Amino acid sequence: MAHKLPRKSTHIDMTAMCDVAFLLLTFFMLATKFKPDEPVVVKTPSSISDIIMPENSILLTVDPKGKVFFDYDNKKAKKILIEEISKAKGLNLTPDEQASFVNGASFGLPFNQMKAYLNVEPMQQREYAFTGIPIDTSFVAETNELGYWVQAARSAGQTEGHAPRICIKCDGSTVYPEVKNVIKTLTRNGIDRFNLLTSLEAIPEGTEAYEENKKAN
Amino acid sequence: MAEIQEKSGGKKGGKKGKKLSTRIDLTPMVDLGFLLITFFIFTTTMAKPKTMEINMPVDEKKVEEKDKNKVKDYTAMTILLSKEHRVYYYTGIADDPMSPPDLKVTYFQNKNGIRDAIIDLKKRVYEERNNGAPGHNPKDEPVILIKPAENSEYADMVNILDEMQINGITTYALIDITEVDKGFISATEAANAGAAQ
Repeated sequence: MAHKLPRKSTHIDMTAMCDVAFLLLTFFMLATKFKPDEPVVVKTPSSISDIIMPENSILLTVDPKGKVFFDYDNKKAKKILIEEISKAKGLNLTPDEQASFVNGASFGLPFNQMKAYLNVEPMQQREYAFTGIPIDTSFVAETNELGYWVQAARSAGQTEGHAPRICIKCDGSTVYPEVKNVIKTLTRNGIDRFNLLTSLEAIPEGTEAYEENKKAN
Repeated sequence: MAEIQEKSGGKKGGKKGKKLSTRIDLTPMVDLGFLLITFFIFTTTMAKPKTMEINMPVDEKKVEEKDKNKVKDYTAMTILLSKEHRVYYYTGIADDPMSPPDLKVTYFQNKNGIRDAIIDLKKRVYEERNNGAPGHNPKDEPVILIKPAENSEYADMVNILDEMQINGITTYALIDITEVDKGFISATEAANAGAAQ
């Protein structure tokens, strides 16, 4: 065929597509929070409980070998906490090191290694070789540093205005004695109500919880 | 996106009098937008983690002794968590090493596991509390004592506490395993090992 096909412009106006893209982007920026840096991968066991993790909480992460890490999501209270710890334990932390603590992630070190850790760049802090916060069966504050941290964090939180809750994120394969030590440390320090982080599983059919759930909905 | 110039004389940006095209190709802008979206999808999370609330008994020796005497034998079940997700259980609180209770072993399965044992306990307590026997109060509830052994895992503890919630048991306690109970477990293991040979 000899006739030429009329050539039309293939130009599509991309303005609408651009608007959609930025609307989606704005949604994600406003509705989500950055995933917190985890010092170690922990696989929590599942349970039917669907209580959401409370906002202002102290998170104790326990890895499969029993190493304990500490994190607190209230930055103002964290500032009070590190000042208190620096004074009480004679760590002589500089304001920069204290700021590094407040903005930092979960950590697990004895008091005497804190200064060295806080001097390291934030990027390298993630790769740091953590040995875990010392915890033992004597539950004495000198050797059981976890108890000291928890007590100090609670009083820092109360000073700041919001009393924190304690949450424990432990791996399913951790042996019971390690978990028992953490729980006993808390009960010896007067904390008998805390939360265990679990992944959500469906309520099995035919059980009492299932019937109650049906009635409630 | 190719744009076909419809008017001829197409040199852009030449003399001042020429009308320049004001069309901007927005494709790179859209690419950028989607790249940022992908970044935020991978590094953020909308779902907050779920938790399970635990109330531990007050850690005082005196209170434990008093409470122990209050637990009625017919309402109680003791659950011992052992290695390899094994669950030993017996009815009542057996304090006497001389008369070992009938230790049964099971697992965390949906049928014929510990859940069925707990459901049976509940049914039995609800029947027996109304029969007017001495010490039986119509308000009695089943009580479960959970004693994890040294070789059990955290996942077992969470599973048994979950079973408490699934079956609607409101009175339970997580306590240390006693030497007496450890003796019961090793006796049962020895008996089973002997029977297997």
